[in-house]
Amino acid sequence: MAASLFILAAVGGALAATVGIAGVLGTGGRLSIPWLVPLGGLELSLDPLGGLFLALVGAAAIPASIYAIGYAGGERRGVLAYLGFVSAMSVVPLAANLMTFVIAWELMSLASYFLVLHDRDRTESVDAAWVYAVMSQIGLACLLAGMLVLATATGSTTFADWSSAAPDLPPGTRVLPLVLLGLGFVSKAGVIPLHVWLPRAHPAAPSHVSALMSGVMIKLGIYGLARVSLDWLAPTPAWWGAALLLVGAVSAVVGILYAVVERDLKRLLAFSSIENVGIILIGLGAGLVFAAVGLGGLAVLAIAAALYHAVNHAAFKSLLFLGAGAVVHATGTRNMNALGGLVRRMPWTAACFVFGAAAIAALPPLNGFVSEWLIFQALLQNVRMARLELNLAFTVGLAALALTSGLTLACFVKAAGITFLAVPRSEEAARAHEAPVSMRAAMVLLAAACVGLGVGPTLVLPALARVVGPLVGSELPALGDGLTVRISGEFAALSPLALAAALAIALLAPLGALWLVGAQRRTRWAPTWACGRILQTARMEYTATAFSNPFKRVFDFFYRPAPRLDIEFHPESRFFVERIEYASPTRSLVEEWLYRPALATLSGLAAHARRLQSGSANTYLAYILAALVLLLVIA
Amino acid sequence: MITDLVLALTQALVVAAGAPLLVGALRTLKARLVGRRGPRPWQPYADLAKLLRKEAVVSTTTSWVFRVTPYVLVATMLVAAVIVPVVASRTALPFAGIILLMYLFLVGAFFLALAGLDSGSAFGGMGASREVAVAALAEPTVILAVFALALRADTTNLGGIVARFAGEPRLAASPGHLLAFAAFFIVMLAETGRLPVDNPATHLELTMIHEAMVLEYSGRYLALVEWAGAMKLFVFLTLLANLFFPWGVPSLVAPAPILLGLLALVGKLALLTVFLAVLETIVAKLRLFRVPELLAGSFALALLSVTAVFVAP
Amino acid sequence: MTEPIPRDAEVERLGERLAVEIRRVFRRSLAIRQVDAGSCNACELEIAGLTGPHYDLERFGLHFVASPRHADCLLVTGPVTRNMAEPLRLTWEATPHPKLVIAVGDCARDGGIFRGSYAVVGGVADVVPVDAVIPGCPPTPVAILAGILDVIGQRR
Repeated sequence: MAASLFILAAVGGALAATVGIAGVLGTGGRLSIPWLVPLGGLELSLDPLGGLFLALVGAAAIPASIYAIGYAGGERRGVLAYLGFVSAMSVVPLAANLMTFVIAWELMSLASYFLVLHDRDRTESVDAAWVYAVMSQIGLACLLAGMLVLATATGSTTFADWSSAAPDLPPGTRVLPLVLLGLGFVSKAGVIPLHVWLPRAHPAAPSHVSALMSGVMIKLGIYGLARVSLDWLAPTPAWWGAALLLVGAVSAVVGILYAVVERDLKRLLAFSSIENVGIILIGLGAGLVFAAVGLGGLAVLAIAAALYHAVNHAAFKSLLFLGAGAVVHATGTRNMNALGGLVRRMPWTAACFVFGAAAIAALPPLNGFVSEWLIFQALLQNVRMARLELNLAFTVGLAALALTSGLTLACFVKAAGITFLAVPRSEEAARAHEAPVSMRAAMVLLAAACVGLGVGPTLVLPALARVVGPLVGSELPALGDGLTVRISGEFAALSPLALAAALAIALLAPLGALWLVGAQRRTRWAPTWACGRILQTARMEYTATAFSNPFKRVFDFFYRPAPRLDIEFHPESRFFVERIEYASPTRSLVEEWLYRPALATLSGLAAHARRLQSGSANTYLAYILAALVLLLVIA
Repeated sequence: MITDLVLALTQALVVAAGAPLLVGALRTLKARLVGRRGPRPWQPYADLAKLLRKEAVVSTTTSWVFRVTPYVLVATMLVAAVIVPVVASRTALPFAGIILLMYLFLVGAFFLALAGLDSGSAFGGMGASREVAVAALAEPTVILAVFALALRADTTNLGGIVARFAGEPRLAASPGHLLAFAAFFIVMLAETGRLPVDNPATHLELTMIHEAMVLEYSGRYLALVEWAGAMKLFVFLTLLANLFFPWGVPSLVAPAPILLGLLALVGKLALLTVFLAVLETIVAKLRLFRVPELLAGSFALALLSVTAVFVAP
Repeated sequence: MTEPIPRDAEVERLGERLAVEIRRVFRRSLAIRQVDAGSCNACELEIAGLTGPHYDLERFGLHFVASPRHADCLLVTGPVTRNMAEPLRLTWEATPHPKLVIAVGDCARDGGIFRGSYAVVGGVADVVPVDAVIPGCPPTPVAILAGILDVIGQRR
């Protein structure tokens, strides 16, 4: 029963993807049902930008639903919420007026809230769902406020009216909705410092839901930002693009810094999503800056690169979450310090996860490399602007992108290596079993998508440019021919097919060379060299915590670890030790400097306000009387 | 097309065959500088040949990752050899960009780190952890140095950069260019595991970064890993020689200019090797947690180089 | 500064088991792993002298390695103490074929002055197959070097 519903979801996803791709390629469409929704009616419209994100939702739903058949194991709870979640996410990019958008957005948040509460007997799930609910409502409040300001300024609640009225609005009235909408959308995207719900909610939800949340839902925040900056309030000033770029840079670096020291596999992936959203924002911000200074072609390139990264991230992050879900399904734990050796028990999952790790670490010739390369190229083009402050902002963006790229490599070597390789570190890991066929099929499908997106930028990039071009109002830059992507003529070129071919030939070359010189082909299997130690156990392997130690030391000004050392001495002599426990947890800067004071102020205010609730009926009657008199006077 | 393929093959051969000689010459020079006679410069060829005749002992805790890594390392180095302007500046292939080159090195680092973790020993894990930490911290410097070069040469294509600088020597003599060279040189030390970042000849596991990941390899796998390491050093030194001092790199692909290009390369590599040998003899290895300070210094140099372009083009 | 190596090497070869093959494979390059099986460190000091400018074993293509996986030859010193017997055997197992074992010093040959002690197994040959023994207590660096070179066929 549950399986058939998931298959329905997969089919629906395929349908949505087809419609979306049609939209990208230029097919438009409108659907209007005025009586369905109050205050404006249901209005859906398909345009290239919306079509792209619809296609993303649909395409991601296919492997997630197939995976869920095996993962949910016939469990009925959460299936309807899942269907509601996917449907709501499909409506958001199509929404053409305020009410449709807000209702779809809220349905999406509500459905995912229930999905996060899936394991409601765990306190961390309940806590995660609570934080998620609060943060999504704060985001919604900002969105609503911004949209209402825009609606009053333009006199309509239809998005098409907003786009056409945008150039005529005075700059003063544009700033407020821009900032409000920006805040609302970045909080959904999970940008620092509004990210606190992400590392709590994504691990708590079941893995196919995490894949959709990380792969698609946060991209709808990006969709919103793109919609606001390129459509409703276009053209945006240069400072807006630069602000997005810098916020993206900070997000990227902070996100990956937290991911590197995580030992919970799914939390690591969640922080990595924050990092990738930062990278997308770097590209988007750069594009908006180019648009603001009049370099339309470069703007198209940068924004197309950012959208490409959004699509790629959906592919490899979903793959990684599905792999992590398979691990949790098999071992029951997310703690990497208790995993290991899974490559022998779960070979398919291990291969797919290593593949996903290579993709996210931006290794050529996979898709992560292509989109990061494009964003690098777009940033390098900043020399075409002769404004020093913007050049410096772009330089910061370049350095941040490079740092996150290196740290991502380290983070995913840890994730893939500690989880899957070497010897199991616990009983649960030793007893793991391979994932069922549906889960494996979903992962292989996503891996194939990564390869496709990696060798096909000559197809994907022009399509994305066609999405962005009309919005920026510029003609498309020359992007190379069928096999090679070219940037600004001779500035840079990338031919992934040729690269993949070269790597394939080069892989065969050493094999051929060894055969030619008649190298010794004998292989003997023996235990790992352990310096002659007689007892070799899994305790001697490196742990995830140990692996991230260099980063903890180098960036200790950021992590500010609070080390704790508890030593239990032998009762008879302080020269002998029975037990040593050492913990060095990192402290979250954002939570300590932003959230704790904010929450403390709020509780303080609330404590003061509580005095109004005296519990005496007479006081309440007095309040009612006072309110009534006041209303009569004012009205 | 044919000339491009021939050029590609020639470059790959030059790097593949010349790398062990470079490493051997470096070892001999370092020995002579401390008063020993040292091994012969062609000793690495004998070492590799001997390794190919030994059996490979593979640990029972490892997986396909361990056995695939040596081939991946060699493959990425061969492709790097083809795209770096070794003997000519006409870089044949339509993906000969400097950013791609840096990421090709990261592919090797990724797999080698995984292979280190695969062995399940504390040394492998430690080597992997340190190696990726150093690689991560070197990345920003690399990209900014690339940026500095690309700004001046108006391209990120390796052959294009060489051709541009060869044509306009005054661009190459600017202080920003030299700052970029210094930054890149320090990154080279970090990425190829030379002193003061890492001692390639150490036997103390706790001081190892690169060697610790390689402790478990033997036989033909070790030969491939060592060879790939030698090629990485060769490629990096060639990059330093030809990108920053591009004189003598022909843009015409014909036998005579290529031969001249080869001779020029040998000369430049010899100078760089002497410089590297002297540097490695003079400096002591840095404590591991002082290496980020060194890399931060190189980042500052790269940043200065970039600012120099904006402020004084 | 470097001393010339005497023509006659004092080395006892135990069997011509792999003689021809060893000389063919290791003549130009030999990776040595030094194993201290409980020695008093006198032999280690002499071996350590080989890496200095005075004796410089690298000029003959010999070099010390950090792991038995990289090694061709195990240079074992010390009477094999009971605690080191198993680690020595594990080291030998970890070394890839073809491999050599050279026992350095009187202790490695048969226990030396510690022969018969309750803490000592005997010579190295009691634990792993030995290809050559360099006698001495301790043997001089020259003797050790000449012995190794003789085994791999660089002397004749």
